[in-house]
Amino acid sequence: MSYHIVVCGSIVPDPLQTLEPVTGPQGPALKNEMMLPAVLDPWAGHALYEAANLAKNVPDSKVWLVSLGPKAKLQQVMMNVAQKVPFELVVLDGPSGGFTEAEEVAAHLAKAIESIDGLDKSKLLLFGGWQSASRGTGAVMQIVGETLGIVDQFQGVDKLEPQADGSMQVKERMEGGSYLVSTLSAPPAVFGWATGTLPEPPNNPQVGMQNMRFIMPAIQKAQPAQVGAAGVEFKSVELPAQRRETRVVKDVPAADIAREIVDWIKG
Amino acid sequence: MNAILFLAHTDGQGALPKSALETLTAAAEMAQATGAALHVGLFGADVASAANAVAGCGAAKFFGVADPALALPRYTSDAAAAEALCKASGAEFVLAPATSRVSRFLPGVAHRLGGAADTYCTAITVDDGKPVVTRWYYRQRMKANITREQKPWLVTVGGGCYAAYEGAAGEAALETVSLDMPASKTEAKSIEAPSSDTQTIRPEAEMLLVAGAGWTKKQAGQSRVDEAESLILGFLDKTQASLGSSKSLVDLSGEGQAVLNFLTHLHQVGQTGATPRHPKGLATCCHGEEPHVVGWRFVNERRAINLDPGCGWAHGKADVLYVADAFEVMQEVNNLLAE
Repeated sequence: MSYHIVVCGSIVPDPLQTLEPVTGPQGPALKNEMMLPAVLDPWAGHALYEAANLAKNVPDSKVWLVSLGPKAKLQQVMMNVAQKVPFELVVLDGPSGGFTEAEEVAAHLAKAIESIDGLDKSKLLLFGGWQSASRGTGAVMQIVGETLGIVDQFQGVDKLEPQADGSMQVKERMEGGSYLVSTLSAPPAVFGWATGTLPEPPNNPQVGMQNMRFIMPAIQKAQPAQVGAAGVEFKSVELPAQRRETRVVKDVPAADIAREIVDWIKG
Repeated sequence: MNAILFLAHTDGQGALPKSALETLTAAAEMAQATGAALHVGLFGADVASAANAVAGCGAAKFFGVADPALALPRYTSDAAAAEALCKASGAEFVLAPATSRVSRFLPGVAHRLGGAADTYCTAITVDDGKPVVTRWYYRQRMKANITREQKPWLVTVGGGCYAAYEGAAGEAALETVSLDMPASKTEAKSIEAPSSDTQTIRPEAEMLLVAGAGWTKKQAGQSRVDEAESLILGFLDKTQASLGSSKSLVDLSGEGQAVLNFLTHLHQVGQTGATPRHPKGLATCCHGEEPHVVGWRFVNERRAINLDPGCGWAHGKADVLYVADAFEVMQEVNNLLAE
């Protein structure tokens, strides 16, 4: 058994950036959104690394990364991501901000996946993050799966292990540090990844050069994707106003600090 | 709005989880505020006792899907059960708890019903007779109040946002909804829970202890990982607090550095981790945005122990910043707790 692994991954503002909402012509947006440095969504990144690792260990498997975002930003981000693991990029040129509808994003992603040349749906493992660091709905992957007719779905996945009989064992996160353990007899299936178990791969310039041969043409022929938030009315979008008056305690013996902490715990 | 459906699953004992009872409070309040009928829709291996337990909630109708195949979570069967309950109710607004089980399937069910889903909402109000939900964007950095036209509108409610329903039990007139069990290639096998002596993630705990990468940093040329483990586990044992970790500390394991053996990615709070809800939080050896901004968003009282008096991420985020060596302080704390 080989796999055709399609990873859905968007880009998000670098987590260390300060974000501020503004109201634009299409509704809420981020101030200076196009100026903010972007990264591959962290959960999508985990999904991509797990996909590459699986493909490496299962002969004849292949990885596609389907990404919806502004072309120019995607090109920036791919300069880094392309050096990590081998994949073929499919680009949809559209907004990547959080104030869009999961249903609309999913519809475009599903259409793009359907149009991938040589994709064998009987081998399809559809990967993505179980949430995003922008909209944070945890909804896109389920809807893409439903649109493609894939009803075997898993969310919060940390482990996917192919078994000798061709089945796969899947571990999904549950409350309290527990895992739901399931078996999947065969593809296709949807996997919304949590962090997985792999570290971020180191940069490999050779992999980067191989990837970039396909990435630049893919970006050039990106299909436009109109994505908005039809039917949604944003009554307000704001930063949480709460700021604490932090009391700084220093030059105090550890024993005194400990006593204060214990009183607080017991109080 | 014609009706509000409270949708929930039962647990292994046939009861409703606490977060479901909290969501029932939200649904009952919504029904009262809008004048819509309240419906209850439950699914699981057994639902009768759970329905009876909330019989006094004021629901006009109780719907139930009970099947042994629903004992363990699985997308295909759970989605089918939820879809059947939504159709049976016909409600335009559906409220469900944001448990891992519901979060897995709800957006897919909304898609099947031609509606929309909003997840992890923290408050629901009524404006001009329409529901308005509060939810967070960009990992708890921005919050929005939204309403929408699509019907049905399926919403999950985050844990800890409402008081758990505590009304009278009784005998609910449960309408059984049949389930066409769909074909599936998935078999749910088991739930793998940490053993009681290794259980350090406790969602219901009064307190969250966050451990940062400073616990494993070298001091005077050597790291003190064993001592750090002993101090942290000692504190957890004495307080029954839940343990969280910064991303940088969890990531150390992938970088071949010394790590705290009991930490996994499941402990991580912040950007790619959990955003837990606890009344109190104590961050130790953390220096960064994740524990203080994102991971702490829903922790009420926050204190931090850090060697850096100018830690920009603690200022304005923590109520108290103790500028001290966490090893020394936590040793003293454990001594006091043992008295």
